[in-house]
Amino acid sequence: MGDYLSGLWTVFETYNVLDAFWVNIQLTFWAGLFALALGTVLAIMRISPIASLRFVGTAYVNIIRNTPLTIIMTFMILALVFQLALELSSDLTTSFFRFAIVGLAIYHASFVCEAIRSGVNTVPLGQAEAARAIGLPFLDSARLVILPQAFRGAIAPLGSVLIALMKNSTVAAAASVTTETSSVMKVAIEFNPNYLLEIFGVFAIGWLILVIPVGLLTTWLSERLAVKR
Amino acid sequence: MDTVTTDDAPTSPRDLGDALVELKGVNKHFGALHVLQNIELTVHQGEVVVVIGPSGSGKSTLCRAINRLETIDDGEITVDGTPLPEEGRALAHLRADVGMVFQSFNLFAHKTVLDNVTLGPRKVRRVPKAQAESEAMALLERVGVDSQAHKMPAQLSGGQQQRVAIARALAMRPKVMLFDEPTSALDPEMVNEVLDVMVSLAREGMTMIVVTHEMGFARKAADRVVFMADGQIVEEAEPDEFFTNPQSTRARDFLSKILSH
Ligand SMILES: Nc1ncnc2c1ncn2[C@@H]1O[C@H](COP(=O)(O)OP(=O)(O)O)[C@@H](O)[C@H]1O
Ligand SMILES: [Mg+2]
Repeated sequence: MGDYLSGLWTVFETYNVLDAFWVNIQLTFWAGLFALALGTVLAIMRISPIASLRFVGTAYVNIIRNTPLTIIMTFMILALVFQLALELSSDLTTSFFRFAIVGLAIYHASFVCEAIRSGVNTVPLGQAEAARAIGLPFLDSARLVILPQAFRGAIAPLGSVLIALMKNSTVAAAASVTTETSSVMKVAIEFNPNYLLEIFGVFAIGWLILVIPVGLLTTWLSERLAVKR
Repeated sequence: MDTVTTDDAPTSPRDLGDALVELKGVNKHFGALHVLQNIELTVHQGEVVVVIGPSGSGKSTLCRAINRLETIDDGEITVDGTPLPEEGRALAHLRADVGMVFQSFNLFAHKTVLDNVTLGPRKVRRVPKAQAESEAMALLERVGVDSQAHKMPAQLSGGQQQRVAIARALAMRPKVMLFDEPTSALDPEMVNEVLDVMVSLAREGMTMIVVTHEMGFARKAADRVVFMADGQIVEEAEPDEFFTNPQSTRARDFLSKILSH
């Protein structure tokens, strides 16, 4: 029993689980921020009165949403880093890390866009008409009247996108960002197969601890911030 | 045709200014439905025109066409001599000069009453915040809801919300105000508080186009009643003349229906 525990302890001394999770959290944070910005721009394009912008927004969402994330991530690394020799930092590890963020952001922006559009659908048409009637041009109506209400109506679906992004951040392994949970867990299990269930259990619980509060928080927020009509 | 033209006879007892809103040969279709048919209408500076007619006759569409919330197929609409711009900034500028009050109030649900009224002046007219707020408070006082300034729209009664909506439109200092059935969504006991505000606006010389079935308002405040049916202007007359002696059979039918209860 003592051997078992000290052996398990050694495993987690060798492989720093917290550091691994920290990488996922950082990936999620930055990719989430960029995805939110890009997704908002896409949503504005999709509700704009200009047909060409609507077309571009729709095309982006339909293409990106239907491409597997691993393919986008692999493309970021193989095509951009190795073929085109693009770099986002002189340090290769940092460069990989940043490309992983870009790939995650590009992919999840399409889901953010659709979440915001579902929020726009909760805003009655009369709100936009009233905004136009006082002389607000499209961008001001969107920024000041429609989006603030749409975001409140989109908190729950945005929460789902965030949870998907957290979990998908493990696909960064495809972009050679190694110090994150999926790669660490794989290596840990490979070298300590006798602790397979325990190692798996620790990572699974770690993910639950990360994901469950996000779900609870967004449910709570979406009720609290709901626009009263 | 039992249309009565009033083109050459000035129908109003008041002195009217220049033409402010002009519709010439305006047509609009919704698919196969010819919802506005050859509409000719001139509203003068300071004039109050009540538009009346059966449901589905095109009154809302007419109202919405005047600030281009609906596009038209052909014809011309001018406001203060300027034809309605197609889109973009120029259209936004024109809309700022045309106040609109909706049946369903449409107050910005995420903003306080005060912010509802200051949003247009601040973002469209670039009025500084403090000035916009003091002007907004004066307007809210005028429509009798200044004590509600810091509440959210959903906390107000329908009548209060509609008075805020009127204040919001007035804050832009519009040249003309459009009202599309402003009291139809209200509980009966709140109708008068809104009509009173509208009557006082009319007395102060505001140019108004009002879609309503409130005959009391029409008699008290209107210079002219325009009767619409099936997308056409069928009859125009002074209120007393129209209500006591309608010329067209359709207007007679319609009035008998709204008077019979
Ligand atoms: N956006 C629309 N699309 C199609 N038909 C419409 C639309 N808006 C109104 N209509 C139709 O046009 C007609 C006139 O509508 P409206 O102007 O709202 O009449 P009113 O205000 O006099 O009741 C109605 O038959 C209505 O169903
Ligand atoms: Mg109507």
